[in-house]
Amino acid sequence: MSQDPELLRRLLRAKDRMDAASHEEWPVRRLARVSGVSEAHFARSFKEAFGIPPHRYLLTRRIERASALLRDTDLAITEIAFQTGWSSLGTFGRTFRDVTGESPGELRARVKAAPHELEHVPVCFVSAAHRPDLTIAVSEKRRQEAGSRIESEETEVP
Amino acid sequence: MSQGVGMVGLYVRDQDEALEFYVEKLGFRVHKDMRNGDYRWLTVQHPDQPSFELGLFKPGPPTLDAGSAQSLRELVAKGAMPPLVLTVDDCRAAYDRMRARGVEFTQEPTERYGAVDAGFRDPSGNGWKMIEAARR
Repeated sequence: MSQDPELLRRLLRAKDRMDAASHEEWPVRRLARVSGVSEAHFARSFKEAFGIPPHRYLLTRRIERASALLRDTDLAITEIAFQTGWSSLGTFGRTFRDVTGESPGELRARVKAAPHELEHVPVCFVSAAHRPDLTIAVSEKRRQEAGSRIESEETEVP
Repeated sequence: MSQGVGMVGLYVRDQDEALEFYVEKLGFRVHKDMRNGDYRWLTVQHPDQPSFELGLFKPGPPTLDAGSAQSLRELVAKGAMPPLVLTVDDCRAAYDRMRARGVEFTQEPTERYGAVDAGFRDPSGNGWKMIEAARR
C-alpha cells in the first residue's frame, strides 16, 4: 500500500517529537497537529507508515529510555518511572515486565553484571539497539502469556 | 593520493531543495552538478574534507523504475535510511548556528559520557547525528 511521501515526512515529524520527549503526554490531538492531519486519519496513517500504533511506539520509547537509565545511572527506580512518563510506579513495573520479560530491578542487576559489548558504537545509537520490538499490544502479550501458563499447568496435571 | 571511500550518495526528494539545505544551511560546497536530460549528478563536499563527496540523488528513471523510485521516496520520508554522522568541533555552537538557519532538529545537544551530540533531519527525512569530536 503506497502512501504520499509528503504525508510520510509529516508523520515522521510526529514520531521524532515523541522520540525527543517520550516522557510527555502525546494525545492523538497533539500528534495530529504536529503532522498536519486530522485526528481521524492520524492513528491509521501512522500505523500504516511505521507498522505500529502511535501509542505503542511511545511505549517502546519509554521502555527503551527507562532501560538505558537503569543500565547507565544509579537513579532510584521510582525516579526513573517518573522521568520516563509514568505517573504510577505500579503501572511502570507491570508494563516493563510485560514488555521486556523482567522487572526493572532484574534488568538493572543483569546488565550491571554483564560486559558492554556495544561500547564502541556511538552512544546515541546504542539505546536504539535495545528498543523493545513490540509487535503486539501489551494487553495481547499479557493474554498470550497468561494462556500459555494455564496450558502448561494443565498439561502438568496427570 | 590516499585510498578509501570517495563518495556516498543519499536519496533526496528534490535536488534543488537538498542543494540549498546542504550548502546554505550546513555549509557544504557544491562539488559536481552535471545534468543529462532529467538525470542530475549532484555532489557536495564538506569544506574540511576534500577527499570525500556526498551525493544527493533523486530516485527515479533512468536508473530506477517508477515503482522502486516510489518505494524509496516513501522510505526516505519515513526516516528509514541508515544513520549519518556529522562530526563537529563544538556541537552546541553548530546547533545554534544551524537552528538559526532553519534546520529541523530532532534532538537538542545532549551530553553523554563527556561527548555532546544532537540530531537533525534534512528536508527529505534523512536523519543525521551531529557528534562533537572527542577532545583528547
